[in-house]
Amino acid sequence: MLQTNLTHITSEDQFNEIINNNENVMVCCGRMGPMCVPVYEIMEDLKGEYSNVKFADMEFDIPSAHIIRNLPECRTFTGLPFTVYYKDGKLVKATSSIQDMDQVTSIINNELLNQ
Amino acid sequence: MRDYNFDVIVLGGGPAGLTAGIYLSRAKVKSVILNEGTVGGQTVLTHEIANYPGIDSVNGFQLARTMKNQAIKFGCEVRGHLKITKVELNGDLKRIEVNNKETYTANAVIIASGGKSRTLNVPGENKFKGMGISYCATCDGDFFTGKDIIVVGGGNSALEEAVALTKYAKSVTIVHQFDNFQAFPHAVKEAQNNDKIKFIMESEITEFIGDEQLEKVKIENQRTKEISEMEIDGVFILIGYVPNTEMFEGIIELNESKEIITDKDLKTNIPGVFAAGDSVQKKYRQITTAVADGTIAALNSIKYINS
Repeated sequence: MLQTNLTHITSEDQFNEIINNNENVMVCCGRMGPMCVPVYEIMEDLKGEYSNVKFADMEFDIPSAHIIRNLPECRTFTGLPFTVYYKDGKLVKATSSIQDMDQVTSIINNELLNQ
Repeated sequence: MRDYNFDVIVLGGGPAGLTAGIYLSRAKVKSVILNEGTVGGQTVLTHEIANYPGIDSVNGFQLARTMKNQAIKFGCEVRGHLKITKVELNGDLKRIEVNNKETYTANAVIIASGGKSRTLNVPGENKFKGMGISYCATCDGDFFTGKDIIVVGGGNSALEEAVALTKYAKSVTIVHQFDNFQAFPHAVKEAQNNDKIKFIMESEITEFIGDEQLEKVKIENQRTKEISEMEIDGVFILIGYVPNTEMFEGIIELNESKEIITDKDLKTNIPGVFAAGDSVQKKYRQITTAVADGTIAALNSIKYINS
């Protein structure tokens, strides 16, 4: 289990339930490594500010994480974490490796909230 | 613009800043840590810390989180992932503007802004980050199993990580700008004795090329200026760190490496402004030295505000 204050996704069913039952979803799939931890922390910080976005994480090395690892949009990725953004159940953006606060909020505002 | 007043503001949330926060808040000094990135600084980049006295072995994330929780427990406010937009350090009341919408004031400031990974700053570097370019061998090494990769750098990190990456990669080519290494001799020897490692010396990568993913690099020989292309699956850039002191240029006295100049009490050239950790001019940059700096700066800032 990842040591974060985010919702932990541990199965494919839970992943599908979350992306289908929430309008805006950000899932960070990684390990407790140096490139991943900053992204989790940003998500924890943004939880209060973006109440209309569901923030979740998923361990990269559990079998169910193939649902993110094997996405066509992630096939060229070579850096953890893999971060995916869903709107109305559809993937709208995927990023590889560390992202900063500006990059994450820009994607949330532009791709999820259409601001 | 919202205003907040504290006794001491700490700029930076690495080991130096967090230690300062612990000492300040335990002394009942109203303090806040303002941090631009992830709280914990470069400590969170370390997978295993085995030389921190009193702890057998710990990963950097856990150590940083414990320090952060200690600071918060004693009453220090910790705010991360901020953008510091303006600093006014002259005068008795110091002002720090954050995100262009909040102002923090205090009678003393401790700068513990740390350092960040040095980048090559050449075309394609941003585009292929996570698509072939990595700054963390431990994190991303397994994506390059059976592949040909480059490690850029000539220090201990570069050579040690190059050796570690041979567990995954088919071949590792070290590209280094000088004709000799800055790493310790034992690290150089270990790399030279590894059959999977090749060396391209006196050379620099000048461009990363590819479509969706990194496919090749341009390499310039620094002596002959000859440019060649090399097909490659991945590049790990491990060329050290630079201090996060851009925002203090022209305000605080810096040396030629942009490190903050302090006296033995960690006072800068401005009264009431102290500095600690990796952004300070010093020889040894360790978590232990950062923690010592944070302690000294905190205690001297308390003395300053009480004087």
